[in-house]
This record gives sequence, structure tokens and C-alpha cells, in this order.
Amino acid sequence: MLERKYMLGNEAVAYGLVEGGVEKAYGYPGTPSSEIMEKLIKLSKQYKFYVEWSVNEKVALENGIGSSWGGKKVAVVMKHVGLNVAADPFMTLSYTGIKGGFVLVVADDPYSHSSQNEQDSRRYASFARIPCLDPSSPQEAKEMASYAFELSEKFKIPVMLRLTTRISHAKSDVKIEDKRSKNSLSKFEKNSSRWVVIPANTRQLVVKLNEKQDSIKEELERSPWNKLELSSSKIGVIASGVSYLYAKEAIDSLNLPVSLLKIGTYPPPRGLVSKLLTHTDKVLVVEELDPVLEEFSAMCAKETNPGVSILGKFTHHTPKSGEFCVDTVKKALSKILGKPFKEINVLSNVKKLLPPRPPVLCPGCPHRATFYAMRKVFGKEAIYPSDIGCYTLGIHMGTVDTCVCMGASITISSGLYKSGDDRDIVCSIGDSTFLHTGIPGLINAVYNKSNIVVVILDNGTTAMTGHQPHPGTGITAQGEKTYKVSFEQIVRGCGVNWVKTINPYDLTESIEIFKRAKKISGVRVIIAKGLCALLERKLSGRRKQFEVTDTCIGCKKCIEFGCPAIIWDGEKAVINEQCLGCGVCAQICPTNSIKIKG
Amino acid sequence: MKFDLIIVGVGGQGTILASNVIGISAVKEGIPIKAAETHGMAQRGGSVENHVRIGCKYGPLIPKGSADALLGFEPAEAVKHSHFLSRDGVAIINTEKIIPLSTTSKGFKYPDIDYLISEFKRVFKNVITLNAAGLAREAGSIMTVNTVMLGVLTRYLPIKERIIVETITELVPKKLVEVNLRAFEAGRNVVAA
Repeated sequence: MLERKYMLGNEAVAYGLVEGGVEKAYGYPGTPSSEIMEKLIKLSKQYKFYVEWSVNEKVALENGIGSSWGGKKVAVVMKHVGLNVAADPFMTLSYTGIKGGFVLVVADDPYSHSSQNEQDSRRYASFARIPCLDPSSPQEAKEMASYAFELSEKFKIPVMLRLTTRISHAKSDVKIEDKRSKNSLSKFEKNSSRWVVIPANTRQLVVKLNEKQDSIKEELERSPWNKLELSSSKIGVIASGVSYLYAKEAIDSLNLPVSLLKIGTYPPPRGLVSKLLTHTDKVLVVEELDPVLEEFSAMCAKETNPGVSILGKFTHHTPKSGEFCVDTVKKALSKILGKPFKEINVLSNVKKLLPPRPPVLCPGCPHRATFYAMRKVFGKEAIYPSDIGCYTLGIHMGTVDTCVCMGASITISSGLYKSGDDRDIVCSIGDSTFLHTGIPGLINAVYNKSNIVVVILDNGTTAMTGHQPHPGTGITAQGEKTYKVSFEQIVRGCGVNWVKTINPYDLTESIEIFKRAKKISGVRVIIAKGLCALLERKLSGRRKQFEVTDTCIGCKKCIEFGCPAIIWDGEKAVINEQCLGCGVCAQICPTNSIKIKG
Repeated sequence: MKFDLIIVGVGGQGTILASNVIGISAVKEGIPIKAAETHGMAQRGGSVENHVRIGCKYGPLIPKGSADALLGFEPAEAVKHSHFLSRDGVAIINTEKIIPLSTTSKGFKYPDIDYLISEFKRVFKNVITLNAAGLAREAGSIMTVNTVMLGVLTRYLPIKERIIVETITELVPKKLVEVNLRAFEAGRNVVAA
């Protein structure tokens, strides 16, 4: 049965994985990938398969390996930087190969909308010598997700489905089918020459991996995901992923008769690329992130048509960073044709007057209260390393001095201490991030005698990515009750003796605990435990809002707290409708002028 | 038939629900659709920008200067994203501002709303301004600003009003259907039929 539904690209991927027969799905949340797993969780009840939020991406991928070797079709889902965490098993999995189809879904984030970098996962696929599929639309992403299992089992190799933000978070009408591929594979069979990568075995496995490459290339060369539209023009365009649609729209709107090659698979189809190159003088390569196709085309050109100019990032026809749009392609084509390109620029003088609007911590957020107390005690001088999560937005409060990757708060703190800095070092890390990759850093800090304060911001969820559960919540991805890990026990197990838990909304208590932490040395851990304000509102409804009464003297102490619900009207503070009723501003107000409304 | 719409506002204003209503309604009408949404970090009170392309066979992002309509949930955000709107396009702008924290903590000033709107009108011919927040409160909840805005937009959309209303009814929680329909009606009445 065919059905057309309006959905996110990520949801389309989930449907594709289900059609392809996924039996075990593992992942760790991360924008822009999170909704794939969210949708799989919803579909898992109907189609009866297993989905888990794993503790981190390495754990997810290794669980996936076990299930695949155990004969199950597996999907492992993460954002691009998650693959860095999982790179260790990933780089060797291509050697051993797989048994049950293995689809690795990785979502890249050009322009770093919600990420710390914009690395290109196509590089990882070629690094590990595995095939990679690069869809141009949600519909194609769905088809590719399903096909990836087939490709994976045919060559006994993991297959990467590489998405980007404008595929994952695009929405479109997508045709879905109520079907499931079957699995007839046997259980795990012992075979040390395949599953044990001691040097003697791995030397054989790498030869086998290299031998597979030609037949994979042959298969992909004929794939429907690559398409060449040849014209009589001497200009050609090669485009991959969502950029193919940008190129198509630009070509259509400029009404140009150029040839267009759509690339959807990696390794790219050498025959099609060569064919285009022999028909053209100039070829524009349109791809976001790294010049993967551009380099490949230049290599093909050497053999087939050394006279053809390959234009793209190296020749400054397209940008080396950020994300593309139709105008990117129009501009590049205009340059090639020697025609003027007029940038659309309206109201630019008015735009300059607009105040910036960066994302901020939500009204009622427990992190804001913790940061406020932290800063009150440790002041401007202290160094505040932080980590990846909503709380990175604490940058606006002067309590985030560093942020690199998941888990890098505690470790960078220790390194700063070892660098000989005598300022207080107070770092913050979220609950999910602490479990993800924070723990080894804490063990290391104790073992190697660091002198830092670690604040675990436990808001009872993985908030930034949409409230996914984690081992500290006692609930699994599929909603079952499970063992709820205790942060205090973990921290003590790491060897920390001084551990305190605070309620962030009780400012007096928080400040007192921070003061006590400041007086002593060694590794000190404070667990700030307060449920995410958005989640709390969802679970228990709205709390009573606060208001500023007539006794306000306009001292701006509450304004300095930085809550978006408190605004300055020119003379006094006003609390608006965004107030979630956390009451911290009422504790800050020196004249007791903030009261519960009504 | 093609209709490109850019919806802009501040994270938390319900812009995603608005684009969902249009997207689902388009699918009901059998019209192909592409959209792009802001998720993740930027949603936390930052600028949000949703592209909705009705009758589109290309990518989800609207080329600059070509949107048929701009739905501005907040006046400064409407100005900030005005480069997407075609000179012949219609702009529907909520005049109630949301003051960013940068005005209190970093000393930035929020320009005068009348000035913003008059500058906007100098470039674009077809500009509708309304206090959508006020109409939403009158309807019964500030959370229905998005439905008020949809009500105005319906006058211009190539999708039947009946389908839009039906989709709103399906998407909002049951107990909020009535207040949302009131909000929709208030928006719809802003522009004479």
C-alpha cells in the first residue's frame, strides 16, 4: 500500500530503514540526526524491532557490530561528530565486514547550525573504504535507507547513508510503503579469522577489503542514484546531495542548456564523470563541505580530457565553507558565463540597527540559576571550561570559557590546572554528556591529582536534542523502566570524596555549597539537580508566573540574571508571559519586589 | 502552480506548527511541497527561519528575492529576513516585538517599530501589519499567535481555507481547538475578503 505523507527527511529515513528490514537500531542524539531514532522508536511498536539510545556513539556502533555479527539487520544513527567518537570500531569494521546488513546513518551539518564543526562524512567513508549514499531529497533518503541494507549484505560491508541538515530537517511529501524486508540469516557463528583482528588475521582482512572495492564501484556505477543529462553545451555541472537540486533550480531559472551530472553514490561513478568530462570544456562542481567530487573529477580529467577546467572550491567559484543555496550556483554559473550577478540586498541599513538575537537559556532553566550562583562565588577571574549541550548557552553569562567536543570540560580543566594556572577552575558538564564521555576524564582528574571543581548539570534529560532519556533517567528509549544510575555513586566510584548535590532553584543553598567548594582543593564535584524547565512544564503543567510590584527601585539586579522573561521598560523591570515561575529572580531582588502573580 | 513562503520569528513562537499546517494541507490537496525548518540550538529563543515551498520540485530553500509571502511573527525578524521576499510578494507582520536579551545585557537598542514598518513599506508594496499577539490574547491564549498569522495568510495561499482549518483542528491539542479556531478567525478578518 502506497501512502503520501508530509514528513521530515529524518522521518523518511526511519521509514526507509523499516522497509529495508531494520531489526536493531542504536544511536546517540545529536542535531540534525535525532528525529531518525525518535521516529524509529515510534515505529518499533508496530513493526516489532529493537531501538536503544546508547550511552555514546562508540557504544552504539559496537552494539551494532554485535547484533550484525549475530545475524540481525542493524542501523546505527549519529551526527557527524559522533562518528569521531565511534571512529575506532568504525575503521576496523570495514576489515571484518558484517553479516546482517549494517547501515550507518550520519548527519552532517554544513554551516554548523547546531554543531562544533562542519566535517564531511564522505571523507570518513572513503577513509574506511566503505560505500556512501548521499541523497538529494527526503524521498531519495528513504529509498536509499532501504537499499543500503541490500548493498551492505551483498558486499558484506557497512554502508554509510550520509545526510545533511537540509535533508534531515527538510520536510516534504514522501511516498511510503507498508512493507518489510525479511531476514533469513543464522545466529553468530564462531570464526576467529574474521572476527578476531589479531595482526595475522587483519593482514588478510585488509587484502579482502581492497579486493571488494572494484565490484562495489561496478555496482554503484550502474546505480539509479547517479544520473547524467547530457546536452550539446560545452559547460557541465556535477552536483551531489541537496546541492543537486540547487543546481537544477539555478540551471532552470537561468534557462541554461548545460549538461548536469547528479552524484548519489561514493565512490563516485568514474564512467559517468569521465563521459561528462569528454563532452565539456568547463565543469562546475557543486558540493557542500569538502571538495571530494572536485578532487575526483580533477583526477578523472587527467586520464580522459586534460584540457577541461574543473571549477569549484579550488577556483573560488563556490565557497569552501558553509551551506549552499540556489544563489550559490547562480553566482558560480554567472561567473563562468562572464555575466554579472546581482546580490539581493534589501533594507541593509535598517538591518544594521537590529539587535542580535542569539539563542539563550530558556526562562526557568535550572542551568541559569546554577551558573548565577557559580559566578557569584567564583567571580570574573575563575576559568570556566564547559561542554556540549544547552548549557553552552551559558556563554552569555560569562560561565563558559571553553567548549570543544563531548566530554572535553573536565579534561581541559585538568590540562589548564597542569599548565600552572593558579586561578580557580570550575567546569560544567551536562548529565547526558557526563555519561557519554565525561567519566574517563573525571577518573583521570582524580588519578592524576587535578585541582578543579566539576559541576554536573543534571536536568534529567538530554535537553538540547529534544528530551531523550539516558541511563540517569531510569527509562529506556522504548519507554521501559530500567536501572537508574546515580551520579553521586559514579562520582564516588571515580574516587571523588567531596560530592554535594544542590537544588539550583534554592540560591542561598547553592551559593553556600559553591563557597564551601572554593575553600578546599582537589577534585570537587557539585551535582546541580533540577529538571529541564520545558520538560517540567510538559510533565506537571505551568507553574504560577511572577510579577514585578510597585516597590521596584530599578536596580536591574534581576535584569542581570539574564532571563528572557524579564525585560527592562526604561524605568523598571517587567516580567512577561514567558515566565515559567522558577522564582529565582524573586530571590535575587534586594527589595523583595518580585512576587507570585495574583 | 508555485507559492514560496518564508516564515520567520523567534524560537518558541510556534513557527514550526504553522509550517506543518500548510505542509499537511498541501499534501491533502495533492500538491508537492518542500520545506526547511530550524531545529536544535537556534530554537532556544534565537531567530528561526522556516521555508515552505508549495508546488516545488527543487530543494527546500527559497532563493533570495523570490518568496511570494513573508510571514513575520516578529517585526525585527521580518526585516532581518526581508531579502527572501519578492518585490511583488505580500508581507504579513505581527507588530508586537520580542525584545532580545542583547538589549539589556549588551546595550543594543531595539529600533522604533513604526520606523521598521515604514522602511519595510518603502521597499515592498504589499505589507499587512497587525497586532497578532493582541488578537491571540483576545482569542484566549498568547500561544495562538501562529494561528492568527495563519488566518491572515489563508487569504493568499493557494490552498482551500476549509483544508487549513481542518488541519489546525487535527494538529492542536483537543482542549485548545476552540481557542485556535477563534484565533484563526480573528486573523482571517484582518484582511477584507
